[in-house]
Amino acid sequence: MEKIEDKNQQQEEEQVVNPWEVSAKEGGKIDYDKLIDKFGCQRLDQSFVDRVQRLTSRPPHVFLRRGVFFAHRDFNDILDAYERGEKFYLYTGRGPSSEALHLGHLIPFMFTKYLQDAFKVPLVIQLTDDEKCMWKNLSVEESQRLARENAKDIIACGFDISKTFIFSDFDYVGGAFYKNMVKVAKCVTYNKVVGIFGFTGEDHIGKVSFPPVQAVPSFPSSFPHLFSGKDNLRCLIPCAIDQDPYFRMTRDVAPRIGYHKPALIESLFFPALQGETGKMSASDPNSAIYVTDSVKDIKHKVNKHAFTGGQESIEKHRQYGANLEVDIPIKYLNFFLEDDAELEHIKKEYGAGRMLTGEVKKRLTEVLTQLVERHRRARAAVTDEMVDAFMAVRPLPSMFD
Amino acid sequence: MGYSKDQLLARLKELQIEFSQYEHPVVLTVEAQAKYVGNTGGFLSKNLFLKDKKHRYYVVSALVDTKVDLKVLSQRLGLGKGGLRMAPEEALGEILQVPLGCVTPFAVVNESARHVSLLLDQGFKSQDCCIFHPLSNDMSISLNSQGLDKFLKSIGRNPSYIDLEANPPVGKDQPPDLATFVPSDSPVLSDLPEKTPSSQDSTGKSVGAATNSAAVTAKAVKPSGNAQIVKEKPVDSVRPSIPAADAGKFVEELLDRASALLLSEISEDSIKQHGVQLGEVANNIKKCIGEDLKNLATIFKNTAYTEGFHAGTRYQPKRL
Repeated sequence: MEKIEDKNQQQEEEQVVNPWEVSAKEGGKIDYDKLIDKFGCQRLDQSFVDRVQRLTSRPPHVFLRRGVFFAHRDFNDILDAYERGEKFYLYTGRGPSSEALHLGHLIPFMFTKYLQDAFKVPLVIQLTDDEKCMWKNLSVEESQRLARENAKDIIACGFDISKTFIFSDFDYVGGAFYKNMVKVAKCVTYNKVVGIFGFTGEDHIGKVSFPPVQAVPSFPSSFPHLFSGKDNLRCLIPCAIDQDPYFRMTRDVAPRIGYHKPALIESLFFPALQGETGKMSASDPNSAIYVTDSVKDIKHKVNKHAFTGGQESIEKHRQYGANLEVDIPIKYLNFFLEDDAELEHIKKEYGAGRMLTGEVKKRLTEVLTQLVERHRRARAAVTDEMVDAFMAVRPLPSMFD
Repeated sequence: MGYSKDQLLARLKELQIEFSQYEHPVVLTVEAQAKYVGNTGGFLSKNLFLKDKKHRYYVVSALVDTKVDLKVLSQRLGLGKGGLRMAPEEALGEILQVPLGCVTPFAVVNESARHVSLLLDQGFKSQDCCIFHPLSNDMSISLNSQGLDKFLKSIGRNPSYIDLEANPPVGKDQPPDLATFVPSDSPVLSDLPEKTPSSQDSTGKSVGAATNSAAVTAKAVKPSGNAQIVKEKPVDSVRPSIPAADAGKFVEELLDRASALLLSEISEDSIKQHGVQLGEVANNIKKCIGEDLKNLATIFKNTAYTEGFHAGTRYQPKRL
């Protein structure tokens, strides 16, 4: 049995990580070792990265090499099965709470695209418009509209339409999907769901009955138009680690209703521009780089708002070097600079004080601009018809090619 | 070509929508129109053709007495306080395909107005006779809102009526109540990307001096200004046996050719300059623009699939 987090046991000092709130201990940063320990998932070590490289015959994704995706559950089972010739499918999603997406939002999608290309497997993407309607008190129409808008940015990440099915809960829940939801719901007591998600007597019943919606895309029988006859197909879920509670619940239920447990591969949180202790928030546009930012905006945000580990004066900097632990440009480069050798060089020179903060920021601005420009170009090519096609309930005959 | 008045009237009759028609000299304003049809017992409408900062268009159609405040409307749509302006005259002809002084809800029948959002005054619902121009200023037609609805539904529009005089607060906790009326697509963008052949050319040419990989990336991938639609040519010229849908293989082949081209272009001068690093230059190119080209190819593939899918949903099976 895996450890289920009991929210009631938290003291004030503890960090809080659940699907609706992420905050570190006062003034500190998230302790990922503690998190892995508490949640009960495994570290993703170098042997995995090497194995993925061997199995896919291509260089592993930068997020794997840099430990951005750092934890997993049963990823080794997926790889074992893959080696035997058994495929799997990918499942990821987004809660469409706002129109503006920032780079942190794109990370699971960038990684999922890599997984789709490298392993040549199909993907389902869930847009939880119902969840946002309930939690953020949006109207049904508004949450559906946001789901479609977000779908365009997701599509712009480069998913292959012949292997990808995007769906919104309001459109798709019903039929086989709903049957699985009821099967899952029957296996989770009210007390358990309160224990996992911290619901109270004041929370409305919509929230309490939502978790099965996010659980059942892990089961292939939820998608009869895609996977009929393939009840044995395994599922791999790339997500940020705060989504772990949903899938702990799912993994607990799966064997009881005769399905494989879904495997997970989990990422770190993307730090705000102001630093690890700061919070990325939709109301502060300077806390993150948005996919709609212009070249000027990016330059301005990196230069004026990025928290650095550089020293106060050039002399001090040359003497002591930069504090790489808290330096945001270095952290961002860790996520987005492809070239390992160049990153090492920058870290070395900057840490020793030979390279100045300005230079690091300049390189970061280049990298981010390239990323955002590429995204914007792809986004411009996404039409409403394309969204309709991605979201159409249709077979995907070449999904394993 | 835009829908004509006669085509519209014929269509209304086809749909069995009851209406009365009144011919009169060309009128450009509501006051002028009132002189001819003001005492028919119907209620005149005022029609505004508006545009926001992101080039999205709106037709606001209301009873003459309804107060329409553009600032309030702009906020309710989520466009901020000054987001709505009167659309320029050219847009009238280009998008609504009606002459000056002839804005009317019927104009959305035109393909060019597909993305124009239509906001209808709920006041229409309580009147039996509402007067609009039928795509031409020398006539007015009077019908009730059910008739208008029937017509709009027949062209795939979902008619929704709103209280144009309402002024609800809009803030952090109160999202703009008319946000769903903002068109989500800009109609001006071309659908198909055209970059693949141009990427190949620029790859070959601009690489010669390149040791700076960023510059190569920027040059090779910048979209060309014209929106040419080039579909099958690149694939055929590459090699017919490549599966057109596999973006990775498509790009590998492009890159192989590009590097072959590059290497053949390298003369003794560059050999002196770079020495043994030539192989590295080619590898660098592959590394840097490989991803970009693959993304382009994926966009290409997705677009082609979408077109096919769209056509498939409107496919008319052969009649036996």
